[in-house]
Amino acid sequence: MKNRLKVLRAERDWTQADLANALAVSRQTANAIEKGKFDPSLPLAFKIARLFNLTVEEIFIEDEQT
Amino acid sequence: MNDIKYNETNCTQRSNHYVKQLALWTFAWVASTALLRFGAEYIWDFKAAYSISALLLHLALGAAMIMVNVKHLSSLDELQRKITMDALGITLGVGMVVGIAYEQLEDIKLISFEPEISHLIMLMAFTYILSILIGNRKYQ
Repeated sequence: MKNRLKVLRAERDWTQADLANALAVSRQTANAIEKGKFDPSLPLAFKIARLFNLTVEEIFIEDEQT
Repeated sequence: MNDIKYNETNCTQRSNHYVKQLALWTFAWVASTALLRFGAEYIWDFKAAYSISALLLHLALGAAMIMVNVKHLSSLDELQRKITMDALGITLGVGMVVGIAYEQLEDIKLISFEPEISHLIMLMAFTYILSILIGNRKYQ
């Protein structure tokens, strides 16, 4: 699954460590999600969406839609 | 930078705390294994009361180590937990499959010595470490 995390993070001038801290996950996990190597659970996806004041669909894009 | 809400204790700090706790309890458990094994022979000359006490201490420390390990697992975030659970699954599978095959080697006369449980534990430890390293590398 692809996502817009890198762009959203850059818009806010956040580092991966900032994002990881805000989500209470490790930097490795924040990095793996951002790179699309690991799909977050539904609760974590909603937490990410709340952090950016967006919906889950506005951040995560299914592979078939790309 | 926009406002960002930080968690008081970050994930890594929480996990590191339990790793230290786990190392401490594992060391205590290993020490109790040595006490149980060598104490009977070199310290209390196989007196049953001392051996039973050492055995109970060994089991109690083992139980504490297991409980701390459960807390350690729950302190991990979801990717770290996935990597750890995958490694534990692979280790269990390798331990069972290789362990049963190894146990039968003597029965079918392919080896002349009796299979030792310590060999299986070393294999499982090696498998677990390797699985963790591969898992971490996969999600780097």
